[in-house]
Amino acid sequence: MVDPEKKDTDKESRKIKSVARMKEIMTQYYIEAKTAGQTGKKVAWITSGGPVEFLIAMDVIPVYPENHGAMIGASKMGVGLCEKAEEMGYSRDLCSYARSDIACAAINGGPIGGLPRPDFLVCCNNICGTVMKWYEAVSRYYHVPLFILDTPFIHTRFSDAAKRYVIDQTYEYIRFLEEQCGKKMDMDRMREVGKLAVSGLRLWQEVLDTAAHKPAPMTAFDAFFHLALIVTLRGTQITVDYYRQLKQEMEERIRKGIAMVPNEKYRLLWDNLPVWYKTRWLSEKFSSRDACLAGDTYTSAWSGVLDLIDENNFIETGSVAYSSVYINVSLDMMFDTLKKLIEKYDVDGLVMHSNRSCKPYSFGQYDLAKMVMKKLNIPTLILEADMVDERSFSDSQIETRIDAFMETLAGKR
Amino acid sequence: MDELQKIKAVADDPYAYAALMKKRENKPVVGFFCTYTPEELIYAAGAVPFRLFGTKKDILLADAHLQSYCCSLVRGGLEDALNGSLSFLDGAVFPHTCDSIQRLSDIWRLNAGFPFHIDVVLPVILHTQTARAYMIEVLREFKTDLESALDVEISNEKLGRAIEVYNRIRKHLKKISLIRSRNPQTISGADLFAVIKAAMVMDRDQIAELLCSLEKKLENRPQPEKAEGGKRIILSGGVCSHSDIYTLLAESGAEVVWDDLCTGSRYFEGEIENIGDPVEAIADRYLTRMVCPSKHRDITSRGENLVNLVKTHGAAGVVFLFLKFCDPHAFDYPYLKKYLDEAGVPSLLLELEQQPPPSGQLKTRFETFVDML
Ligand code: SF4
Ligand code: SF4
Repeated sequence: MVDPEKKDTDKESRKIKSVARMKEIMTQYYIEAKTAGQTGKKVAWITSGGPVEFLIAMDVIPVYPENHGAMIGASKMGVGLCEKAEEMGYSRDLCSYARSDIACAAINGGPIGGLPRPDFLVCCNNICGTVMKWYEAVSRYYHVPLFILDTPFIHTRFSDAAKRYVIDQTYEYIRFLEEQCGKKMDMDRMREVGKLAVSGLRLWQEVLDTAAHKPAPMTAFDAFFHLALIVTLRGTQITVDYYRQLKQEMEERIRKGIAMVPNEKYRLLWDNLPVWYKTRWLSEKFSSRDACLAGDTYTSAWSGVLDLIDENNFIETGSVAYSSVYINVSLDMMFDTLKKLIEKYDVDGLVMHSNRSCKPYSFGQYDLAKMVMKKLNIPTLILEADMVDERSFSDSQIETRIDAFMETLAGKR
Repeated sequence: MDELQKIKAVADDPYAYAALMKKRENKPVVGFFCTYTPEELIYAAGAVPFRLFGTKKDILLADAHLQSYCCSLVRGGLEDALNGSLSFLDGAVFPHTCDSIQRLSDIWRLNAGFPFHIDVVLPVILHTQTARAYMIEVLREFKTDLESALDVEISNEKLGRAIEVYNRIRKHLKKISLIRSRNPQTISGADLFAVIKAAMVMDRDQIAELLCSLEKKLENRPQPEKAEGGKRIILSGGVCSHSDIYTLLAESGAEVVWDDLCTGSRYFEGEIENIGDPVEAIADRYLTRMVCPSKHRDITSRGENLVNLVKTHGAAGVVFLFLKFCDPHAFDYPYLKKYLDEAGVPSLLLELEQQPPPSGQLKTRFETFVDML
């Protein structure tokens, strides 16, 4: 039998070289986190949308249960762990990141044998209400202090009172960290970290922007993978260097005409979290139908608020900016972002992952799909699934739906 | 008791009541879903706050807006907003609570077409001075929003009077609940449920009067030496809109003597101190009242509170009543159960939809549970 992977030299050349470096950084990061006990460094668990910059400035190792959840999903360990959480009393209808992570802590299971024990927790609710409940549970489990940064949801306005509230809490956050770490925050270092964060975000955005080129040098599936650093190590030099390298590679691919999807004919936009246990499968399905998922709403969420940050005043603008992330704003504001992305990547269709786990991201998708059709004449494919819990995924059903959608797109041409 | 008859008629068909009331009294009616709605301000604006429970019928129109994994309160509420059942509403108010309500607010605003829509983006944490300060500002903004939506001025006098009426209503509700806890024979669980439900939808001056005389009558009923009835239990969870649950439990040999529900004690607990700035006073009630799981004060008080309620009311067990797909309550369940387990209190978990559950099945589960107590 021939191995199609080996035969396809084109495929080899399409692979992103930087991946190796990325894996190295992440491995190094997890080793450091797991051995923090020996090095005397403090470990804080923090939500993906939280202002990690302050932890970096305090030399605390940030650990992301959500990133861990994604790893669990990608390594297809989700079902077992979710079932374990259900045995513990956590309903199957709860977010599968939370379920699988809570189960991991109880049995030291999962792809890396559980996350390192936290010294304290930082929860920013700019992504959902789930994280607050989840972190409360973690706080009870490990008996460690919990700091919640409450970022008011933006329906029709982000009031001055709300902004002030977020800024006041940012100072409380700093005081909390100083107490936990037993030292003052070094404000010079904080300023430097703020700048590095902004550089990192800017470079990440530039990486994502390269996919606006036709054909795209990378797809959303690649972005899902390379996202990890902007989440976990934002505010560090490593992240800045890495994205600079990645951006160069993408630019080179554009120059050489290397496309991620060999015969890119259709361009699509992805909405919501990835389906972690099916990224390869989905990527191949779309690719074999000449469809390139050029952009997505998820990986661009972090850098989407870049314009709102003053890099010289991160303390007072960082958390305020993070309050405006894609998922903390109303549907009409989400539509504005969708419109920009649809135009930037010049896509023919929208693929929405209706993600059972993530209610704040998924409820309203039907309305968004209608707006996108009505105002932009762009059709939408809605895939019902879950990001980690494979029990909510049906291969045959999804494949049929993708085919039907691709036919619609072909018909529109 | 004609008070009870009147109240039950309203609780049975709140929509018909609201439509009639609106015609007769010409007061604006303002819909809301949650106990974090600062009703006192709505009352002070001359309107009637009207609590929404969602449809008990099939979901048809809301299916085009909300996935099947959304709780039936949110889906059912939208259904009624879209199918015209709520045509008596002048507007709706959405305090910030859970992720599902948060999105419902957007969908409602974009599709329901009522004259006004107000979001009250309350803080999620309720244990810091910063959150208190923000809460007060949010309430002031809400006041301004209401004033312009209803074209009225909400003076401090009006607010003071609203607080007074609400304190009275809450005190009566609590008192009547305590009467039932003392002796469940005085008023049935289903009737008490109707009383609380009516208090969330009726003209508040009217219900305050009715409650006052109902309370007196119940007080004056001859009290048996020893309370009789079934095993004493407590309900804990979110919104309950099935009076049948109380009846079914009674038929299975259990009397609900207290609750930890949004449609129960969380509605009436906490008096507002009617001194000083009224808006601050309203905020302080929210900051001190037992939290709902979509808000944060600390990580253990809900568990401690539940165990205390069991002790205070001499209950033998707890029935958790959650709406399916309700994240905040589902997240707290394992920990609350652990607290009960450690205190040796048996519990039963029931996930329901707003649509009535098949009673045969429920009854069997109740009976099995009650036998265990
Ligand atoms: S997937 Fe959604 S619900 Fe789960 S933690 Fe992330 S934002 Fe929250
Ligand atoms: S029942 Fe739960 S999910 Fe539904 S609106 Fe209430 S708190 Fe939210």
